[in-house]
Amino acid sequence: MGMRLINRQPGVALKTALTILPFLVAFIAYWIGSEIRLAENPSDKLLPSPARIAATAERLFTEPDRRSDRILLWHDTGASLMRLALGVGISAVLATLVGLLIGLLPHMRATLAGFVAVLSMIPPLAILPILFIVFGLGELSKVVLIIVGILPFLIRDLSQRVLDIPREMIVKAETLGASSLVIALRVALPQLLPRLIQSVRLSLGPAWLFLIAAEAIASEVGLGYRIFLVRRFLAMDVILTYVLWITLLAFLMDLALRTLSRKAFPWTEASL
Amino acid sequence: MSFVTAENVFQSYGNRPILERVNLAVDEGAFVSIVGASGCGKSTFLRLLLAQEQPTRGEIRIAGAPPAAEPGLDRGVVFQKYSVFPHMSVRDNIIAGESFRTVTGVFRGAQKAAARERAQATLARIGLDHVADHYPATLSGGMQQRLAIGQALAAKPRILLLDEPFGALDPGTRLSMHDFLTELRRETAMTVFMVTHDLEEGFKLGDRVLVFDKPRWDPTEPDAFGATITYDFDARDGGIPFQRSEEHTYVRRPA
Ligand SMILES: Nc1ncnc2c1ncn2[C@@H]1O[C@H](COP(=O)(O)OP(=O)(O)O)[C@@H](O)[C@H]1O
Ligand SMILES: [Mg+2]
Repeated sequence: MGMRLINRQPGVALKTALTILPFLVAFIAYWIGSEIRLAENPSDKLLPSPARIAATAERLFTEPDRRSDRILLWHDTGASLMRLALGVGISAVLATLVGLLIGLLPHMRATLAGFVAVLSMIPPLAILPILFIVFGLGELSKVVLIIVGILPFLIRDLSQRVLDIPREMIVKAETLGASSLVIALRVALPQLLPRLIQSVRLSLGPAWLFLIAAEAIASEVGLGYRIFLVRRFLAMDVILTYVLWITLLAFLMDLALRTLSRKAFPWTEASL
Repeated sequence: MSFVTAENVFQSYGNRPILERVNLAVDEGAFVSIVGASGCGKSTFLRLLLAQEQPTRGEIRIAGAPPAAEPGLDRGVVFQKYSVFPHMSVRDNIIAGESFRTVTGVFRGAQKAAARERAQATLARIGLDHVADHYPATLSGGMQQRLAIGQALAAKPRILLLDEPFGALDPGTRLSMHDFLTELRRETAMTVFMVTHDLEEGFKLGDRVLVFDKPRWDPTEPDAFGATITYDFDARDGGIPFQRSEEHTYVRRPA
């Protein structure tokens, strides 16, 4: 009998190879599929060859649009990131505030906890038409959709995190003469911030989803808008370039938040 | 007039009595150890002393003042865990003992510099000056509890409450913590209540050892009655147990 599978560890080289493996498999599978289709029909648009995608990507990243004289991809990226940053940023600030109120003050908890729990049950996309009617088709409705989509989750997560702070620690602060405000600012908030970053990381996926949905339905610029626009021409090379770009952006954001969390909170167990 | 008094104190959770008829009078400067079986209500009694909870009946007073509604500066506390702030450096934890009572909770300018100096002196006294800039998670269990005690004392409370403060420490560390606490007490002459499950520790450190137990017991319904102080030992003179039992001991005398 060999060692248990749960106790077998891959070495450094093998671990790196294993990490790369699924990416490589996916890429090769796509390549083969593309080759087969293109061999049958050279003008097939469904699975453009990797070389074709690379050429399209280069064009999209560097060549300005003939009509507007702008490089549309960067323009789309700027618009989408701005909406995402506003939606996620506003949600994070509101959730921190409301999370502290619900977590620390029993009266606030009695008032808001049930309400937020019910709000979080509303499917955000179902009220998208309402947002368009109320806030118009401009930037506001897209940012509001992101907020509606992720704020209830963030509030519930952060208020629970405040409630998880050991009572002993709060009581200790009380015996040092701390007011409710000082407990909120000097005890609860600093311990909430690392968790805020984790929660924001988790909500970035849904935030992208709501952003692209809103852009697809009503917009003149944005990554989601472009994807749904070129869909009409079956421009798979453009769509795939955009999808890969969005994936890369999402990955970099996650990496940035993870690094920030490690650097900014040297006191957490994880970073010691 | 006694410094800390508990008068006919009862505490129940729901309709389950935990403590009943607890009467106690403690002089200023006394060190009172509290022992008893696990789950008999020692921590509950400490929470009542702390004013973290209100008794269902009876009153607890410090220096004759009306019963407190919530924990405050007059009562310091150290729990077995979570008694320091993990996001603050060792030095800032000590400074918090003075600064948390202010409007914003932090000192600025000259006040900050002065508090820093006092904190440095405190840290030197409790033997933590070499780790002043570290975070508590990097400290050993014994050092964390020393910090917790130093922080509580920095706030200058009238009584200090300790709930199994050394319960999670290894025997060697525990012994050095006893010396540490004895030394601090010589300097401050503070009134201390310490819950411990270690009888020896209770007698070694305490001037008085209170035993909590259920005086009445219904075998068919173990939760029918609460616990009270069943023994009240004088534990001075080197902590030799059973030496002199006080006249007003509530129930039985030791055999
Ligand atoms: N807030 C509470 N609500 C309900 N029961 C509690 C609460 N706190 C403690 N108890 C119960 O009261 C009893 C005494 O608890 P505790 O004072 O912590 O005991 P000890 O410190 O002596 O081990 C235990 O049975 C415990 O389960
Ligand atoms: Mg206890």
